[in-house]
Amino acid sequence: MSSTANAFLEGLSRCDEKRNGHHPGWLKGLRRAAFQWVVEQGFPTTKDEAWKYTRVGPILEIPFEPAEPDTSRRLDVGSITELAGDLGGARIVVVNGYFAPQLSSLQGLPAGVTVMSLAAALAHDEALLEPLLSRPFREQPHAFTALSAALAEDGVFVRIHANTMIEDPIHVVFVSDAGALPLVSHPRCLVLAGPGSRATIVENYVGILGDVSLTNAITDVVLDEGAVIEHYKLQNENQTAFHIALLDVRQGRGSRFSSHSLALGSSTARHEVRVRLEAPGAEVTLNGLYMPRGEQHLDNPTTIEHAAPNCTSRELYIGIVDGRGRGSFDGRVIVRPGAFKTDASQTNKNLLLSESAQVDTRPRLEIFADDVKCAHGAAVGQIDDDAVFYLRSRGVPHGAARGMLTYAFASEMLGRLRVEALRSRVEQMVAWRLGGVAAA
Amino acid sequence: MRMDIMLDIKNLHATTEGREILRGISLQVNAGEVHAIMGPNGSGKSTLAQVLAGRDGYDVAGEVLYEGNNLLAMSPEDRAVAGVFLAFQYPIEIPGVGNLYFLRTALNAVRKQRGLEELDAMDFLALAKERMKLVEMDQSFMSRSVNEGFSGGEKKRNEIFQMAILEPKLAILDETDSGLDIDALRVVASGVNALRSKDRSMLVITHYQRLLDYIVPDRVHVLVNGRIVRSGTKDLALELEKNGYTELEQEEAARTSPALGGPL
Repeated sequence: MSSTANAFLEGLSRCDEKRNGHHPGWLKGLRRAAFQWVVEQGFPTTKDEAWKYTRVGPILEIPFEPAEPDTSRRLDVGSITELAGDLGGARIVVVNGYFAPQLSSLQGLPAGVTVMSLAAALAHDEALLEPLLSRPFREQPHAFTALSAALAEDGVFVRIHANTMIEDPIHVVFVSDAGALPLVSHPRCLVLAGPGSRATIVENYVGILGDVSLTNAITDVVLDEGAVIEHYKLQNENQTAFHIALLDVRQGRGSRFSSHSLALGSSTARHEVRVRLEAPGAEVTLNGLYMPRGEQHLDNPTTIEHAAPNCTSRELYIGIVDGRGRGSFDGRVIVRPGAFKTDASQTNKNLLLSESAQVDTRPRLEIFADDVKCAHGAAVGQIDDDAVFYLRSRGVPHGAARGMLTYAFASEMLGRLRVEALRSRVEQMVAWRLGGVAAA
Repeated sequence: MRMDIMLDIKNLHATTEGREILRGISLQVNAGEVHAIMGPNGSGKSTLAQVLAGRDGYDVAGEVLYEGNNLLAMSPEDRAVAGVFLAFQYPIEIPGVGNLYFLRTALNAVRKQRGLEELDAMDFLALAKERMKLVEMDQSFMSRSVNEGFSGGEKKRNEIFQMAILEPKLAILDETDSGLDIDALRVVASGVNALRSKDRSMLVITHYQRLLDYIVPDRVHVLVNGRIVRSGTKDLALELEKNGYTELEQEEAARTSPALGGPL
């Protein structure tokens, strides 16, 4: 392993020993094994197929410190509202990977829903959590899932019990509050949706202007039979932040999951989504919008695995790349043997706004079963000159005309956001980025 | 007298991709007048419309004065806010941009230039509802994206509706009759006629005389091979309807290349 990677790990391992004391035995073992894995295997480079588009090098050059609990002195409930908005339901705040009860508000959650810090859940029901916490590292080890397994200590645990329906979104705000020193945090979020339950989860990642931070986040969602979960992730960290994340989803019979990934912030961000359709009749919809500009790199690897018959997947990712920004979509759909009557479609559309903007798109179908319906497509284009001229010929200034058309390109995705308070917030963010075009 | 000239085109040339499409057009349109430009396919009618509206992609020479100002030096949006309007032959579909929002943005750009207050959404809606009646447009069009999924006739109505909202001083109608059945043609033409006024000039571009039965022009010009070969009153249009363009095309061919000249 390179000396920069060694120094990087050295910095992170310092806290490990002193905190490991109170963990159950299996967790101590997992943490040790995972850390050992990174020491031995090192960090991925762009030569690794799965990391072809993500720059890990610049992350390793920063002397990150591990985050500690209760270190924030700058946040209050008002500043959280400013950073992340108020979506109407419960709001859970996680600062630097640690649950912050004084900033969270859990009132109004109906009976049948449990929301607590992951650390508390671990003390409470470790047998339930063991397989869940181990899985991302055991099943797809790479340096960041391993670091999470080795170093994550807290986060959020959400359990929606059988047949419980929640109207208001559960809003989870992850704040990177680094302060003077570059800080790394490893928030974990677990969502267990019982049979026939129904809920909306909004994950919102924000940071504080000028801070340098690395968020290494993993969210697991498990849907039992007939559960319906709508998941949103708004990644709006500041422009000096790094963000590496995995959303890992398992779906039971007849369950429905939809994900909306909105990638706006960070200097480099990689948001991976993996969905495994494990039992017949499950449906998944993955939506994504990424808008790199300046020097931003925003990467979106996704894998949908049809492991059972009669499942449906729909995927649409939209990229809008400006400046010297770089975006990527690397989407795999795997149809396992026996997953007959699979119905899968995958689309990636990109708009390049500048000469130096870059996009990589790789839609992939891997089909090992007969009697399936699969389609995929990718497109990369620029703003239509005829449409610009049409708008200008009516008096709309050139810049505003381009802004309107770009907003229109994004609006296909914005229209899919069903949490109204979130949608209008994201609409404003997108409009502001496009030079203040009012939301249509 | 000079103050009454709305549009003064002097020896206008336009070349695109190495081909000269307009080859020296001169034309004066006074305030309040309606001029028809007729001509066979490929004669340069649409190019003239596009050049006047400011489409890039043409090398342009000559001079165009609009209310005494150099039109060719202005950007398309500056021409629009100064009162030039082009009704497109093929209106562009713009998915995701709402008709209402688009048109209010445009109107407010125009109003700002004219020193008027911007209209808010409510006031604009009231204005839009009133003007839609001119072209018998259904209100459901307002909530749709610009021209998206509109039929050919609906698109043309939408163009005239936009004109009614923006109230230009110079309207250029590029083959507004193409693709319209007779009923739609009547509706669109009566919308245009309602907008005729002593302060508004129009350049009506058409292939067929039919439209001019409804929008009766003050002057008719025939464009052949990038030049105006004949000008006259509305009777000229009737004459063309009877005889076609062939004779004029042959005359023009003979004039420009005498060595190969004469009818074949």
